[in-house]
Amino acid sequence: MPSCDAIIIGGGTNGLAAAARLAATGRRVMVLEACETTGGGTALAHTTRGIDRRVMAGMALARHGLSFHPALTTTLLGRDPLTVKRGATSGPDAQAYAALHAKLSGFARVLAPFRALTPPRLTTSGNEWTRLARLGLGIRALGRDDFREFLRMILINVADVAEDELIDDRLRGLLAFDATLGAWAGPRSPNTLILLLNHLAIGADILLPKGGMGQVAQVMAKAAQAAGVTLRCGQRVGRILVEGDRACGVELTTGETIAAPTVISAISPRTTLLTLVGPRHLDAGFYRRTLHIRSRGGAAKLHLTLKDLPDFGVDPKSRMVIAPSVDAVENAFNPVKYGEIPVRPVMEIILPSAHETTPHTLSAVVQFAPHAPRAGLDAARAAMLENTLSVLEAHAPGLRALISHAEMLMPQDIEARFGMVGGNWHHGELAVEQMLFLRPLREAAQYSTPLPGLYLASAGSHPGGGINGAAGWNAAGRVLAE
Amino acid sequence: MTYDAIIVGAGHNGLVTACYLSRAGMKVCVVEKNDWVGGAAVSRELFPGFTYSNCSYVSSLFRPEIMRDLELPRHGLQILPYEGGAVFTEGGGYLGMFRDHDSNRREFARHSAHDAEAYLRYSRDIMRFCRFIRPMLMRTPPDPSSFKPRDLAELVWLGRKMGEMSERQIAEMVRFWTMSIADFLDEYFENPVIKAYLAVSSIIGTALGPMSPGSAYVLLHHYMGDVDGNVGAWGFARGGMGAITQALARSLAASGGEVRAGCGVERILLQGGRAVGVALSNGDTLHGRRVISNMDVKRTFLKHVDEAALPTDFVKRVKAFKIRGSSGKLNIALDGEPVFPALPEAAPNLKGDLHFTDSIERMERAYDDWKSGQFSRDPFQDVMIPTMIDPTMAPPGKHFMSCFVQYAPPRIAGGEWSDADRDAFGQTCLDQIEKYAPGFKNMVLHVEVRTPRELEAEVGLTEGNIFQGELTFDQLLFNRPLPGYAQYRSPIRDLWICGSSTHPGGGVMGAPGRNAAAEVLREAKLPNTMRDAYAVL
Repeated sequence: MPSCDAIIIGGGTNGLAAAARLAATGRRVMVLEACETTGGGTALAHTTRGIDRRVMAGMALARHGLSFHPALTTTLLGRDPLTVKRGATSGPDAQAYAALHAKLSGFARVLAPFRALTPPRLTTSGNEWTRLARLGLGIRALGRDDFREFLRMILINVADVAEDELIDDRLRGLLAFDATLGAWAGPRSPNTLILLLNHLAIGADILLPKGGMGQVAQVMAKAAQAAGVTLRCGQRVGRILVEGDRACGVELTTGETIAAPTVISAISPRTTLLTLVGPRHLDAGFYRRTLHIRSRGGAAKLHLTLKDLPDFGVDPKSRMVIAPSVDAVENAFNPVKYGEIPVRPVMEIILPSAHETTPHTLSAVVQFAPHAPRAGLDAARAAMLENTLSVLEAHAPGLRALISHAEMLMPQDIEARFGMVGGNWHHGELAVEQMLFLRPLREAAQYSTPLPGLYLASAGSHPGGGINGAAGWNAAGRVLAE
Repeated sequence: MTYDAIIVGAGHNGLVTACYLSRAGMKVCVVEKNDWVGGAAVSRELFPGFTYSNCSYVSSLFRPEIMRDLELPRHGLQILPYEGGAVFTEGGGYLGMFRDHDSNRREFARHSAHDAEAYLRYSRDIMRFCRFIRPMLMRTPPDPSSFKPRDLAELVWLGRKMGEMSERQIAEMVRFWTMSIADFLDEYFENPVIKAYLAVSSIIGTALGPMSPGSAYVLLHHYMGDVDGNVGAWGFARGGMGAITQALARSLAASGGEVRAGCGVERILLQGGRAVGVALSNGDTLHGRRVISNMDVKRTFLKHVDEAALPTDFVKRVKAFKIRGSSGKLNIALDGEPVFPALPEAAPNLKGDLHFTDSIERMERAYDDWKSGQFSRDPFQDVMIPTMIDPTMAPPGKHFMSCFVQYAPPRIAGGEWSDADRDAFGQTCLDQIEKYAPGFKNMVLHVEVRTPRELEAEVGLTEGNIFQGELTFDQLLFNRPLPGYAQYRSPIRDLWICGSSTHPGGGVMGAPGRNAAAEVLREAKLPNTMRDAYAVL
């Protein structure tokens, strides 16, 4: 039976980051990826807010050829388009928006270090507690007034902030859209501003890698291999082997077994624990709580192959957002609660061929889409595509005539293709009750699990996803610390 | 003459504050714009022979410590617990609630054996969350940004409360406080009717739906009360909710306090940066060493205080204070006992809360209507017939029915409510009841329909919000009503706030009034005769 020091299940950004960090210490690391290529969610995402700085440096990604186009501006489409770059914009709210952006960025700055932290156990003392206390003091150091504002706003809904601070519906809509991007919540749901703060904590800019998102996957794979990692694609893990109450390797669906004292799962925690490990090896209460990890995807992904670059009447290189108001975003979420399709979805559009000399395509994240459509998947997909195209056509007349191929990925399609349970990008909803020491579960929030030798390293663990690698890097740190 | 304290508004919290201050030896005067006292806890005869609890309609949250301190039972207060309850389903069935534990369990098992088991686990967990939060109700929230010894000590106390729990319990509590009730119930139950029944408390009075994060906390807010030590139980005040405020008024009179009803406050008078009295609508002026407002923060500071005397940031925050009306009310005089064919004969279920919303989805859809500025077309109603238990409220053989309705927006389709809108709203609610109790409409002798417009006009609840402000984390604890002003004080010296806008929030609870009184006495260096809050019941 072949063996190595550590097996990583899943060759997404987190899996590769964890593998590279472990391999750099001389361990023999093998990554098992079920698909024919590595990269996982990079094939789904069309931008990133930046790779975690530690991963970028630790894997020398820049040296291996990862670079980015200049940060994208955001254009809010509508009768009167508006461009936004960080806090800079025009219109009646130019000043108010700059002030709000500065305030939120300040909050994001003190939250950013939390992302690199292993969430501490609640009842034991130790280094992580001291670090947590220091970060807490960092928040207090915002000053009395900002600290009070922070405590008031940390669990507030984003709609209230938008409506209290701004008057321009376009910017209010943008705030609402950005906060709920990838979440299963509308902007009037409490606990949504913190999601926007999390986005800002990853990075204030929206970035497109040179060569496309696929480049992230390729460069990370190259860097991992350079660090000594063995990559095996097209190898699906069927189960995690347990011997004497310890994970001791994996069995592939082909029947092949590979032994390793450390198994790190960079795929969905639910799939890992419920399917690969199974109830036999888990405590009943823990198993039940794993079943309760909520993982509803609310976003669909549209890929159009086009005969020509479509004309939205604005800079085609920008990130285009169609979310004309807070209510537009909220109304797009309402039907999804009942498994129905929104009539006028809101969306974010990227035109990769405006940046690269590639065939013309349009990529859009369309919100919201039901994870369990009542009408059945095929009917829902067709309705979602039609509703999306009619919104697009209204903003770029003539677009429909340019389409040579259209693909709409509903949350269920995303689950089937990428193994993301419920189609949720984060392998578990990023919501306050599933954050920090509650992510993915209290017993597994420190990347280790109740099954010795098994670790979790996907976006389902702290600090969540976003083509960033932080969770994998943190998990590897935890393995090394043990 | 100069009073030691003038209290603006004779709601239950204003009266509680007045009673405590009066008992501590202060000369107090409560001024009230209506001709009667009670605010939103009143019993009114709006149709001959019938007593309406025409705003709040049931009791559980009112703190037992206050009842005993102020000797309210001696002054005539008696709470009668529910003896039943039911959710009627669209298919003609029902889920019944019973006071007897075993009957209840059998009834749950009739719908789902799994859920009957789960209910035990659920009740135990909720009770643990209640036990944690109850001691906090009667404490002034600490200011986390302050380094004063008192605030630090209070934070340490809180930390130690947390420390008494296991890691698992802390994690479960944090989850519960931030989750939606729909998600929370999904973790325990499978039956949609049972879930719909249990979700009720998470939306009453709030502009959230059962699928909104944070709604689980609202549920807790409705569970942390008790009737005679029975935590989570609800009951009727004998003689209507006015019995509570009448008992408070008698207690106040017994300790020498004064009430002036029928003259509202025009302005709170300031001099040299301090509150020194009030100007009344009848032209009189009252002088006082301090003014304590029972009104919500918006009404207090935006309508009755000179804006120039307040810091601009404060005014901005007050304006942004979320005080969204979400509910309406129907008070109905009935010629006889309505018949619900779904129920077996002589079932005790009518002696409690009756609901017609049999799934969380229907509740949430009702909320979607509110978000779009409309009253719910298929509303959620919390219907009571208090006269099934308390015959004093209607002539023999006749009944008073109270219907609390969600959702009704403060403004309809962006404009003011018209009488036609109000009537359409009332009709929608009556039609819904008629569906489950055929012949009900023929029994109706009189209906009073109250939308947020009427609640604001009569009781003075801004936007008709029954809690004087939303119960979301940005407006709870040290954030209530505003960060930095959670200790019942305002930016103006000697101007205090004691209404439900302050910690721990709304409901006929009395805790804000008592906490405010404690702060006033502390600052006045007067002895505080309050007994300690009960730690655990």
